Amino acid sequence: MTKLLEAPTTNRQPRQGRGTGPRGTAPTGSGRRPLAAAFGLLTSPKYGPVTVTGLLFVAIFVIGGFRYRGFFSGQVFLNLFVDNAYLIVLAVGMTFVILTGGIDLSVGAVVALSGMIAASLLQTGWSPGVVIPIILVLTSVLGLLVGLMVHVFKVQPFIATLAAMFLARGLCYVISQSSISITDPTFVQLAVSRIPLGAGLSITPSVIIALVVVALAVWVLHGTRFGRTVYAIGGGEQSGLLMGLPVARTKVLVYVISGFCSGLAGVLFTFYTLSGYPLTAIGTELDAIAAVVIGGTLLTGGYGFVLGSVLGVLVLGVIQTILTFEGTLSSWWTKIFIGALLLVFIILQKVLTARRR
Amino acid sequence: MTHPLADSMESTVTQQTEPAVPAPVPVVEMRGISIGFPGVKALDGVDFRMFPGEVHSLMGENGAGKSTLIKALTGVYGIDAGTITLAGERVSFAGPAQAQAAGISTVYQEVNLLPNLSVAENIMLGREPRRFGGIDWRAMRRRSAELLAGLHLDIDPGSLLGDHSLAVQQLVAIARAIDVNAKVLILDEPTSSLDADEVAELFRVIRSLKDQGVAILFVSHFLDQVYEICDRLTVLRNGTLVGEYLVDELLRIDLVQKMIGKELTALDDLEHRAHASVVDESDAATFVSASKLGRRGAIEPADLPIAVGEVVGLAGLLGSGRTELARLFGGIDRADTGELTIHGENVKLRTPRQAISKRIAFSSENRRDEGIVGELTVRDNIVLALQADRGWFRPIPKKKQDELAQSYIQALNIRPGNPDALVRNLSGGNQQKVLLARWLAIAPRLLILDEPTRGIDIGAKAEIQKLVFNLAENGMSVLFISAELEEVLRLSHRVVVLRDRNVVADLENDGLTVDSLLALIADGRVASDDEALDERAPAVAVVAVGSGDGPAASAPSTPSTEGDRS
Repeated sequence: MTKLLEAPTTNRQPRQGRGTGPRGTAPTGSGRRPLAAAFGLLTSPKYGPVTVTGLLFVAIFVIGGFRYRGFFSGQVFLNLFVDNAYLIVLAVGMTFVILTGGIDLSVGAVVALSGMIAASLLQTGWSPGVVIPIILVLTSVLGLLVGLMVHVFKVQPFIATLAAMFLARGLCYVISQSSISITDPTFVQLAVSRIPLGAGLSITPSVIIALVVVALAVWVLHGTRFGRTVYAIGGGEQSGLLMGLPVARTKVLVYVISGFCSGLAGVLFTFYTLSGYPLTAIGTELDAIAAVVIGGTLLTGGYGFVLGSVLGVLVLGVIQTILTFEGTLSSWWTKIFIGALLLVFIILQKVLTARRR
Repeated sequence: MTHPLADSMESTVTQQTEPAVPAPVPVVEMRGISIGFPGVKALDGVDFRMFPGEVHSLMGENGAGKSTLIKALTGVYGIDAGTITLAGERVSFAGPAQAQAAGISTVYQEVNLLPNLSVAENIMLGREPRRFGGIDWRAMRRRSAELLAGLHLDIDPGSLLGDHSLAVQQLVAIARAIDVNAKVLILDEPTSSLDADEVAELFRVIRSLKDQGVAILFVSHFLDQVYEICDRLTVLRNGTLVGEYLVDELLRIDLVQKMIGKELTALDDLEHRAHASVVDESDAATFVSASKLGRRGAIEPADLPIAVGEVVGLAGLLGSGRTELARLFGGIDRADTGELTIHGENVKLRTPRQAISKRIAFSSENRRDEGIVGELTVRDNIVLALQADRGWFRPIPKKKQDELAQSYIQALNIRPGNPDALVRNLSGGNQQKVLLARWLAIAPRLLILDEPTRGIDIGAKAEIQKLVFNLAENGMSVLFISAELEEVLRLSHRVVVLRDRNVVADLENDGLTVDSLLALIADGRVASDDEALDERAPAVAVVAVGSGDGPAASAPSTPSTEGDRS
């Protein structure tokens, strides 16, 4: 019973991968023609989508620069970070979850909830040094509950986080039916202060916090066993189990991370708005998901980068900025553009990765 | 031990003077292992042991309990009864991680690695070298490069695993297993996606590990390989132990008999019948005929008539277009050139559904993903295609379903014979039979079988081959694809050879040999300088199709690993 047909007798290249050409094994060969290398980069499920996003961001920014006077400035670019610091933090947490093949719908409601907790506790005179840690612990615990639901009871992430979303949104109304403004001097100080970067440019403390979160996330995902296990789960949970990886712990932890990030994003959001309001941040979870997907993370998990998600947030931000510069268009056009962009990106991901097979 | 064959075990135990058994203490000893699943008793009081520095084979038909025993040893399944001793210590593993930590490494039949990560990570994941609390990527690459070099695998450790062929992935899996410093290395069907050179490579690695004192469990359906590499083997049948034997002392025919528990004459039988019942072209009507049927990037335009009651075998390498051509007949892929006629009438098959309505059934090579529905019962799987064909608004009555299921379970000898068993709990061979039953239930006039016998044992294989034969005798046309040329030759009336997406020959199976087919597959024509093939050359040349001289046949650079399995 020899399996003869798997034994080609001529022209064998047995150790070659299924690359793009007869020579290629790795997608990023250096000695190849630039065109082929570019094609390999674009069709790589790992680097393709994020490369496209990067190019898109540059393209939009350049187009904006030609169209509108004053667009092409450093501060316009920095304001993308200033205005979207909380969304960057949310997208970081969401990236962890989506990389495992999960989803977290609760983040928008958790942002609102942490805003409400902050506003009400500060109103009763608690110190910000106590309030902020409390929020981060509470939202992490909520994430832990979601993670346990997903892992122990095998509830679909969609449903588990949907439940958490309703819970968090409901709790907002338990705290207060109406908006609570924040007058705490520390929060006000953080809201208005600017960190000068020279040449008339400045950022807010929120941006620093968001960038620290991003840097930490990059290190965790690419430099630690936990991070690699996150990718492993997205690539194949069963395989990960058989390889003896701590799948259970990791799956629960990504929801804790997402919960923590939501809490932190909520705090950053209150720096931005200086109030807590139960109806705030509705649909923000979908912005975060959109940013992650546009940033090149596959919804099925396993492929993607935190920096891609940051890029995704910047793309959303730059579209919004363009509409502001345009002036005549309603802000709802942002949604339409984002919708179209998402659609294009999902199709692009499909096409590019299908090419490879 | 109340075993009927306990005495034969005794005899091998007392003969431990063989050099293959350097230490008298077994590294693994499993006693009285029992495991049950809903509706299936997978293992019943099985004993099993392995010694350091030996290559041991676990033999048995599909459903014998080989996979279950392996999973019990590697901690994937808990055991209902029995004990496991590893290096003298009683162990009980709560999961594969624990078994791995204890020194039991496994390479599973389906490559269980992560296509989205790099080769290096797939080797080292879970035990990455660390520095300053993070992963030391440089050390990781260096270590994995060493391991790959040890396997003579020249690939970039930083490349994505998913970019490599299945064979390379398999070797990466082995590299991973070796790195664990395993006491016991389990290789479950490691050679099913490797070519001859790669198998030789693997055997070299196995031998060197054996010399280092690793106990290796080598599970394979290829008897040649088992006899080449193994020192000792354990035979299971229907979840019970048949016995443990030294390979040198067990004749193949005896082994096969022990595995299937009856005299194996089925294969010989077929051999005689194959030559007796070659369809006479003149009085057989053509059922379906393809003319210039092709699809860009998959198969160049090809002609292929199939007569009523004829078995046409497709031979060719992986990626030669054999599966791709069959898929056009089954309506799985849409042809973009050429036409298909059924009884002279032009038809267009755009979906499998249209093909089914023309009584063409396609059984995919990818049993798990394109075949069975694991979460459904045997009965549900069998009636699936028939129900779909009837339309969902005319449900098949429960009684009829039971009758159908029962009759096919009996006719095809599906085990366990329980129509309510979940298909995912069945062994590969029995899953294949369920799949066959599904398609037979719609009474097809053309049955397309893509690798129906891959990865299944010799008994089930013989049964399936016999079935193909009987079906053809009763007037069903069969398009048969197999990587095993012997099998193609044994079953087919006609053999169509594909190479580089072209049909290069269409031959009556009259005096064809494996060698002559190999020559065609390799060169697209019969090698004129090969003395052994000279006498057959004229017969082949007469029927060889012209496209063999086409550009594709002279384009040697097409990578052989470009697969149809993705």
